[in-house]
Amino acid sequence: MSDDLIERVRKSISSSKRIPLETVTIDSDFQQLGIDSMDAVEILFALENEFDINIPDDDVRSVRGVRDMCVGVEKLLAAKAAAAETQAGQ
Amino acid sequence: MRRVAITGLGAICALGRTTAEVAESLRQGRSGIAPIESTDASQLRFRNGAEVRGYSHQGYFEDRQADFMDRFAQFAVIAAREAVTCAGVEWTPELRETAAIITGSCVGGQSTEDVGFHDVYKMGLNRVHPLTIPKTMANAGASHISMEFGITGPSYTISTACSSAGHAIGQAFWMVRNGITDLALAGGSEAPFSFGILKAWEAMRVVSPETCRPFSKDRRGMVLGEGAAMLVLEPLEAALARGATVHAEIAGFGMSADACHITQPSADGAAKAMRAALRDAGLAPEAIGYVNAHGTGTLANDATETAALHAVFGAHAGKLAISSTKSMHGHALGAAAALECVATVLALRDGVLPPTANYNVPDPECDLDVIPNQARQAQVEWAISNSFAFGGLNAVLALRKA
Repeated sequence: MSDDLIERVRKSISSSKRIPLETVTIDSDFQQLGIDSMDAVEILFALENEFDINIPDDDVRSVRGVRDMCVGVEKLLAAKAAAAETQAGQ
Repeated sequence: MRRVAITGLGAICALGRTTAEVAESLRQGRSGIAPIESTDASQLRFRNGAEVRGYSHQGYFEDRQADFMDRFAQFAVIAAREAVTCAGVEWTPELRETAAIITGSCVGGQSTEDVGFHDVYKMGLNRVHPLTIPKTMANAGASHISMEFGITGPSYTISTACSSAGHAIGQAFWMVRNGITDLALAGGSEAPFSFGILKAWEAMRVVSPETCRPFSKDRRGMVLGEGAAMLVLEPLEAALARGATVHAEIAGFGMSADACHITQPSADGAAKAMRAALRDAGLAPEAIGYVNAHGTGTLANDATETAALHAVFGAHAGKLAISSTKSMHGHALGAAAALECVATVLALRDGVLPPTANYNVPDPECDLDVIPNQARQAQVEWAISNSFAFGGLNAVLALRKA
């Protein structure tokens, strides 16, 4: 996982929830950060815009913290890159 | 205080165009949830809705009359006409002057607004249709009902999201009970299938990608619905004196605010509203036999509502028959409580408790008798109908078999 990706996820969380960036670390879990279900939905919205991805509901069910979220975003970015490659190859 | 009779019922929703059709669908446990047809759903995470399929104003309204009415206002008038006919209201000049109309609507004329916004933002047009405002306003249902029947008494609309019609019926009930009016038309209507609104619901991540399975462990969210239901309320004594058919009585109304969170439900707030309705009806919890649950089919609502039922009913909770008819007519937002009030009246009147359809797997967090999939024959004397809105504003109606 790149530092850049982690940074962008942390920034998305901190600006949605309006909490200082330094309180959001790769190891923070949502409960610690006081993130409830509606906050989480807003953060997903911010991430979808930030990375230009669609995050399916089923992928977010087990996400409990920042690390899970970064892993999920990385996976979706990889899928997006693979799809773009396939399209370019055609 | 006067006892209050329900003498007229009107309903139109995914389960049918009349109360009789809706009653038959409820009895069969037949869900009206199907692929959305009125809006292009190909760009949505969900595909299904509970629409009045194939609806057109033709046969209900002249073209020129329909020009002035959004779909949600048309549904309101259609349900009101049926309710008034059902009640056999004998209009006098005095009754028209004093009758009340209280409707609920959450989003008003959304499809009209959507078209107007699409025109200015997407099409770059410099003008929208001049009827956009009067068709969009949430009180248009009440206004068109007043014009339909020449009713000039107290008339207004309540907008409390998913509790709108519950608050509307409750207010009308109190007005009739306290002698403020001798006849009230109350209920709710909604037609929320516009692309913009569907996108907004998608963003909330509470809509099921398949169907609505309230209280089932594999539930994945709510499914939007549309339609209207209206009731005619009048003093019981007057109704009996004129030989009207009494379908049921409204006996109590309770309200509360969670004061907690703008979307997450609270068991305390829900319990407080149920207790208030029981107190208003002068009932012990043990009197209740059937609960028409709010039962949206979201993870949060159904577990929270179950906890609230345990808190209010204690050991009696295990003896309650509970169902969510949203599994069949979908979540019709500002019309939901009115459709569910009609479903509750039919359950009491016909001795058939509607099921919770689409139920698959028991959930330990929803450990009550939810009448899975099959309607049940049972004579019940008292019932409550729950509505718990986004925003934490709750309305509960208590009903009595006639």
